[in-house]
Amino acid sequence: MSTVTVAKPQAKKPGKGSRRMSLPVLLLVIAGVLVLTSVVRLITGADGITSTGQMSTALRLAVPIGLAGLGGLWAERAGVVNIGLEGMMILGTWFGAWAGYQWGPWTGVAFGIIGGMLGGVLHAIATVTFNVNHIVSGVAINILALGTTRYLSKFTFENEPGGSSKQSPQIDSLGTFDIPGLSSALNTLNEKHWFLVSDIAGLIGGLVTDLSPLTVVAVALVPATWWVLWRTAFGLRLRSCGENPVAAESLGVNVYKYKYLAVIISGGFAGLGGAFLSIVASNVYLDGQTAGRGYIGLAAMIFGNWMPGGLALGAGLFGYTDSLNLRGGTTNVHALILLLAILLVFGAAYLLWKKRYTPAVITVVVSALMFLWYTSTNEVPKQVVSATPYIVTLLVLSLSAQSLRMPKADGMPYRRGQGK
Amino acid sequence: MKKFDKERVLLAVAGPAIALVAAIALTSIVLLASGRSPFEPYSLMLEQATFSDVQVLIINQASMYYIAALAVALGFRMNLFNIGVDGQYRLGAVMTAVVGAHVALPSFLQIPLLMLVAMLTGAFWAGIAGVLKVTRGVSEVVATIMLNAIATSLIGYLMLSDNFGVQVGNNNTTGIMKESGWVPGINLGADVGEIYGLVFLAVVLGILYWIVLNRTRFGFDLRASGASESAAAASGVDAKRMVLIAMLISGAVSGLAGLPLLLGDVHTYSLSFPAGLGFTAIGIALLGRNHPGGIALAALLWAFLDKASPALDYATPVAYEKEIATIMQGLIVFAVVISYEAVRVWGLRRQQKRVGAELAAAAAHNNSEKKEVAAR
Repeated sequence: MSTVTVAKPQAKKPGKGSRRMSLPVLLLVIAGVLVLTSVVRLITGADGITSTGQMSTALRLAVPIGLAGLGGLWAERAGVVNIGLEGMMILGTWFGAWAGYQWGPWTGVAFGIIGGMLGGVLHAIATVTFNVNHIVSGVAINILALGTTRYLSKFTFENEPGGSSKQSPQIDSLGTFDIPGLSSALNTLNEKHWFLVSDIAGLIGGLVTDLSPLTVVAVALVPATWWVLWRTAFGLRLRSCGENPVAAESLGVNVYKYKYLAVIISGGFAGLGGAFLSIVASNVYLDGQTAGRGYIGLAAMIFGNWMPGGLALGAGLFGYTDSLNLRGGTTNVHALILLLAILLVFGAAYLLWKKRYTPAVITVVVSALMFLWYTSTNEVPKQVVSATPYIVTLLVLSLSAQSLRMPKADGMPYRRGQGK
Repeated sequence: MKKFDKERVLLAVAGPAIALVAAIALTSIVLLASGRSPFEPYSLMLEQATFSDVQVLIINQASMYYIAALAVALGFRMNLFNIGVDGQYRLGAVMTAVVGAHVALPSFLQIPLLMLVAMLTGAFWAGIAGVLKVTRGVSEVVATIMLNAIATSLIGYLMLSDNFGVQVGNNNTTGIMKESGWVPGINLGADVGEIYGLVFLAVVLGILYWIVLNRTRFGFDLRASGASESAAAASGVDAKRMVLIAMLISGAVSGLAGLPLLLGDVHTYSLSFPAGLGFTAIGIALLGRNHPGGIALAALLWAFLDKASPALDYATPVAYEKEIATIMQGLIVFAVVISYEAVRVWGLRRQQKRVGAELAAAAAHNNSEKKEVAAR
């Protein structure tokens, strides 16, 4: 008995210590960025950067990336690296569209999930049963999914009215909805362009305007994943397979079963992300529709330190910068350069405070260059806008990567009984 | 000893052989399931490979696959996953095309200069990922994925008509390169085509790859870091330095991947320049087990599937879908890695059994001797 009571607080400690930022600090940082953004908006007059429409588009673009990221999270928490997310998403787009145009969008969503799961089963067989290198298997799935969907399109979509070998017939919409009263009120508030208030109204307004039911489901899956993985016995066992499968096995956990389940669920998430692309984001399946979102989802997950909340933040950031592409990007990104320059000044001050002078000087120089770029131009080239999401991801990762911690046995081969 | 070697050879051949049979069988099942003849596409594609013009296409394509796959394999040998070969290769090709269109030196200077430009560009782009990994701990997988996308935008920017873009008909290009930078090929007649001169570059790179990895200290360090980082560190290898150097070399080689086509045929970079080569190369490197000879075979097989499959669409009397070749490529990669793993485990188990049997025999022998002693 006594061992249990002693062991408990000990086990809790590292969990708390490993959290990088406490909640108040995180909220403070977010609030600070919001205020800064608002200031920048007032200086530059680029009202687009926090408009309701922008935020709404950002959410729509973030959902598939977030779903792919959640898929990666499930697999990697059980110790299987899943670079086949892209392929599973492709399967999701195809199966979603194929079932969607025949039997309605919700059936399409279900089939999209099943399609992704098929990819997951394949990945699980290769990585768990045969212990093939996880990345190799993932790459193979990506090739296979591409070939299979193109092949199948020739037999299905090509013979349908409105379809071709590269495109499916139209799928009925799942419909969208606003929250009555709230959406329009926030939109009005946003259009007043007041300091801070309008920005927050835009941010929240974007989250409640023009919503697809599938978006709501996807957003709800983030806390749901957290709850299942961190608050249930099932989740604990699953994560133990990713941290130390030998120890898990010694405690009676069927590691193979949990890894299989995790990878199949992972495929389901990626498939749902794919179905979202073909059913909600556009209403047809297009060849090459995923455009590398599976990889980006993986990046968002790493960015989020293998945690659902961080991953949602990463997906949101990516969705936001990506949405600039569609809506007045050249002036908005120009405004963001100013934001970046100001943030860099803060960074330099922090580095000075920490007495790290060389990095501080470099930061100041980069910041000065940003200011120069901002003042000497009126807008940025279109290509800078399209590269923005990737540059931002790279920047944020290079600032945060060292404090990230992946599951300990992630990507490692495991054989039943290897601990003996 | 001789018997042991025979077994090793058998095991080494068994892996790819089983894989190929399995992949063909699975592809036939797919064909059957879609109501097609399960065998005819193979004979159609094999027939294509007997035409010399298709053979030329295959060799030319394989040379590019080969160079790119070498770049991937170099990273693999030290557990670095350079997924960014695609971006490095495209950016290298663009910069080479731009320099080639604006600089006119005599041939013997121009061609080395262009190759240098391609290598430096590729190395620079891969180097960003290398530096980020070494100094900031950013996973090279994610960094190179991002760099691929950024390369696409950068190329779009470079090809604006305000910068280096030149409109040729409906096609946006970087302008035609100066003729001193063209590499002549081996002309096999008008209806057969031309083998790119830089096919030989691929061969040279393959030989260099083998020599550097197997016959130099650097190669040993590189393989050691890949096999066991801690063991390499213990023998005095600076892991960070190795990561950076491997990334730079891998990038430099990827930069060269586009040159056979660029200097040998099209002489300009346009939007129709093949994209996605770097991703294909990953599959090829895996298939060839990172061995220069294996990669060559894999590149030829892949190029064969690529170049022989379009004919399926026009086959008479029954046309087949050429996408079956892509399915086959995916299945081959799968089958190969699974069968390698299975054969490896099987070989290990055999070895264990044999050693076990020998030990048991020795122990039994000892025991009987002891008993004899005891009995005395």
